[in-house]
Amino acid sequence: MRYHPLSEADRNAMLATIGVSDVEALYADAPASTLLKAPLDLPRHKSEFEVERIFSRLSARNTSAGRVPFFVGAGAYRHHVPASVDHLIQRSEFLTSYTPYQPEISQGTLQVLFEFQTQVALLTGMEVANASMYDGSTATAEAVLMAHRLTKRRKALLSGGLHPHYAEVVRTISRLAEDEVADMAPDVLGAEDLIAKIDETVSCVVVQTPDFFGNLRDLTKIADACHENGALLVAVFTEAVSLGLLTPPGAMGADIVVGEGQSIGNALNFGGPYVGLFATRHDYVRQMPGRLAGESVDAEGRRAYVLTLSTREQHIRRDKATSNICTNSGLCALAFSIHLALLGEAGLRKLAKLNHANAVALAEMLEKVPNVEVLNKSFFNEFALRVKGDAAALVERLAARGVLAGVPVSRLLPKAGLDDLLLVASTETSTHEDRAAFIAALKETL
Amino acid sequence: MSGLRFTKDHEYLRLEGDVATVGISDYAQAQLGDIVFVDLPKVGRKVTKGSELAVIESVKAASEVYAPVSGEVIEVNNELGEKPALVNDDPLAGGWLVKLRVDNAGETETLMDEEAYAGFVKTL
Amino acid sequence: MLDRPAPIEDIESPETFTGNRALDQEEPLLFEIGRRDATGVDVDDAPQVASRLGGLERKEAIGLPGLSEPEAVRHYVRLSRKNYSIDAGLYPLGSCTMKHNPRLNEKMARLEGFADIHPLQPVSTAQGALALMETLAHWLMTLTNTHAIALSPKAGAHGELCGMMAIKSAIAAKGEGATRNVALIPQSAHGTNPATAALLGFSVRVVPAAADGTVRARAVRDALGPDVAAIMLTNPNTCGLFEREIVEIAEAVREAGTYFYCDGANLNAIAGVARPGDFGVDAMHINLHKTFSTPHGGGGPGAGPVALSERLAPFAPVPFIRRDGETLELVEHAEGTQSFGRMTAFHGQMGMFVRALAYLLAHGGDGIAQSSRDAVLSANYIRASLRDVMTQPFGDRPCMHEVLFDDAWLKGTGVTTLDFAKAMIDEGYHPMTMYFPLVAHGAMLIEPTESESKASLDLFVATLRDLAKSAKAGDTKRFTEAPRFAPRRRVDETLAARKPVLRWRAA
Repeated sequence: MRYHPLSEADRNAMLATIGVSDVEALYADAPASTLLKAPLDLPRHKSEFEVERIFSRLSARNTSAGRVPFFVGAGAYRHHVPASVDHLIQRSEFLTSYTPYQPEISQGTLQVLFEFQTQVALLTGMEVANASMYDGSTATAEAVLMAHRLTKRRKALLSGGLHPHYAEVVRTISRLAEDEVADMAPDVLGAEDLIAKIDETVSCVVVQTPDFFGNLRDLTKIADACHENGALLVAVFTEAVSLGLLTPPGAMGADIVVGEGQSIGNALNFGGPYVGLFATRHDYVRQMPGRLAGESVDAEGRRAYVLTLSTREQHIRRDKATSNICTNSGLCALAFSIHLALLGEAGLRKLAKLNHANAVALAEMLEKVPNVEVLNKSFFNEFALRVKGDAAALVERLAARGVLAGVPVSRLLPKAGLDDLLLVASTETSTHEDRAAFIAALKETL
Repeated sequence: MSGLRFTKDHEYLRLEGDVATVGISDYAQAQLGDIVFVDLPKVGRKVTKGSELAVIESVKAASEVYAPVSGEVIEVNNELGEKPALVNDDPLAGGWLVKLRVDNAGETETLMDEEAYAGFVKTL
Repeated sequence: MLDRPAPIEDIESPETFTGNRALDQEEPLLFEIGRRDATGVDVDDAPQVASRLGGLERKEAIGLPGLSEPEAVRHYVRLSRKNYSIDAGLYPLGSCTMKHNPRLNEKMARLEGFADIHPLQPVSTAQGALALMETLAHWLMTLTNTHAIALSPKAGAHGELCGMMAIKSAIAAKGEGATRNVALIPQSAHGTNPATAALLGFSVRVVPAAADGTVRARAVRDALGPDVAAIMLTNPNTCGLFEREIVEIAEAVREAGTYFYCDGANLNAIAGVARPGDFGVDAMHINLHKTFSTPHGGGGPGAGPVALSERLAPFAPVPFIRRDGETLELVEHAEGTQSFGRMTAFHGQMGMFVRALAYLLAHGGDGIAQSSRDAVLSANYIRASLRDVMTQPFGDRPCMHEVLFDDAWLKGTGVTTLDFAKAMIDEGYHPMTMYFPLVAHGAMLIEPTESESKASLDLFVATLRDLAKSAKAGDTKRFTEAPRFAPRRRVDETLAARKPVLRWRAA
């Protein structure tokens, strides 16, 4: 079989060296009742060609974003990734290497992580960032736990503009860790009075901008209110490209900034793998979860990079670790870093401007369509549309017409009475033809 | 060096009046390797004998330091923030960790004196 | 001192003008070569529109460097060449299962119908994706003989969290949440086990191992009580041994109203040969990036789907897939179910599902069993070939897919496990897992996997024998000054931790 280098002759020679007659003898410790007596009811091995045929058929049953007018966002965004990025991450030394625990033979990975950490700190306006988390939602939950440790309080206040799935992840870990969560009602217009709910029982306030409904928020006053009460501001983003054009959370007083990096360097991939970004103040670094690459020197005095501050982590601190996290999202962080290096400051800014312009153009066209209403005063590349009737049913009708029009809010918030709301995203990959097709299909089916 | 007492966990204390200076022994610092960070308690914290007083981190390990007696933290060694190496280089003096106002000076009597501790270390 | 290398005085290699040594090239930081105005992406100018940024447009520059495409490719290619990788050589890392990463998997993952679909597009437009997930779950259930698979956890440790959350929820559902708050964990467990337990508010009670490195049912019985929620065991265990009393342990655990969490990191020894469900696990995470070949990527991403027993399946997190005749649905909300909630924003690591299923289909049931047998055979071959020069903490006996040595045989040589490992680097090998599990002194845990040819194993063995001979003969410099030929010598980890520099800053 193509993945097994050992021949029967090899196996026999090895058995002879070991001194047993067959491999079964090596499983002698396993109770007989646990060893399978017959092969499992699973198909036999397949050639590459057969596997490719099966997967092609499965793939063809999905509508891919590039084939249709596509406006789906709500936490994951379709951007164009340059061909070099995917080529570079497939280099053997990046793809098939292990965690850089042996720094002498992992300087490639470690230097990339050091560069990545710097890029994330710069983008978010914070002092230090880690080497990535699984995704934005788990990074948010980890930020809440970190805030609890730092303030010695165990209650988080979640804005009504936080992505509902992110809120659910925070609520799940909080309930099972026996911590408290205070929720706000879904905040469609970005108008909630969060400050009134901040007091000295709260460890952190978790606010997203651009928020789930697309609204842009100035966090400065919330940050002040947090600090007056001894609480921390956790700022969240789900669209990393927005940081190319908007005031970063660090400049608005955030203490911990977390978010989703998928938009840069990573495909949609039906939800994963993604890359969680996590940044904070230097004073808090020893409470930050996740891996950290640091600068040092080697025995010849040359600059070298190494994983550091490892006593925060599970493999050393075990039950007193800051988190149980072991893997990061290494290859996705690499893809993020390469794409951002290719874009550079100028390219990122242009990309962000183009995203915003496309979204504004779409909003202006939609505003002329009867029975729909763009709700946001401000947005980056995604906004909330109120439609006549049920938004989820509308999305199905539009899908049948070959347009993937966005995400009905009811899919994530089924009981909030927001069944007539649709989230519409428009990145640099949407064209004028796409917008026209959307409008035409909408007018037909509304 | 009279008045130095040791615990089985390699903490020492030096009692002057009702104030005990607490640190870790030379044996302990050698076992830990290069110390990179010391997590000290806040002044004012009350501790009971045997409870966690501080955490000492080397590159590959983190070790708890336990209070050898009960008392209140009245001072911590702020120099360790910049120079954690003091604990390696001068554990019994410049590398002290915490000063406690002891609840009961009598509690120190049960700890090993220098000679007994030296004998104990030999058995390890 | 373990962490601060002695500075090397006499640097042997000749200096060059560039600092390069032929193909071994120095590469500056992105921030030292990039420029603010350089770019490797041509982005169209945005048309003029009436801004709707609400006054929140960025005023300060970010400070990010850019590179043209040729410069970017060169920067990352040069960096890549400083890394060891499975494609380049054997990684004998115990517990990590560094097997070959098939490129067919990469090709399948990049099919547009998997890579270019959004988790929240209408489910009717992603039926192929859901079918793939259902098929993967079916394979994993068949291999484990369990009742359900929770696909959403993003990594092994995340899977541990999922399994323990399900257990905590099941206990709460029985009204025992206030009383059952202890987790039994052996000293040899991977650090993620106690970290996960502590995260959920369990206190850890250590289960002692017997002299042979395994856990006895009697020790478990002694530790069980009405306050115990779960036992967390790894099987085969972290010493590379199959827990002989696992069935009795599972029975004792069940009788005591406690749950059995199994760390599935070592599944590569038994996949297709034995099924964890048959030895009574309630929850077990499966590391797709270990047993099922998804690439390690320099540290991630992983994927950690969790196999669940019948009594835990109702508590599985959302989302999960439900079949309605010909159509597949996604249940995304916990209301109306006993699900304990949500672990991540979307559906899980779809990219890793595609790769793992490609691996499974390619191998088939027969290939998977063969992989496990070859993995066990190879580890025992290494054991048999080294047992006369290196010591095993629990005596010489058949191991599973990994073999554990300790440092007793190095006593008096002046060479530590760490020094030995660094000398392996000079010989062209990544070191084995060191100092884990904690129950062996100076542990060396070697897992060759089934992907190594006999010639490769023989060279590895010969190399270790040569190194062992050197160490015992007093040739300490070969070890204490190692590695000499890697892109960097030993790194000062003390400095890195005392004065953390975690990012580049403009001068």
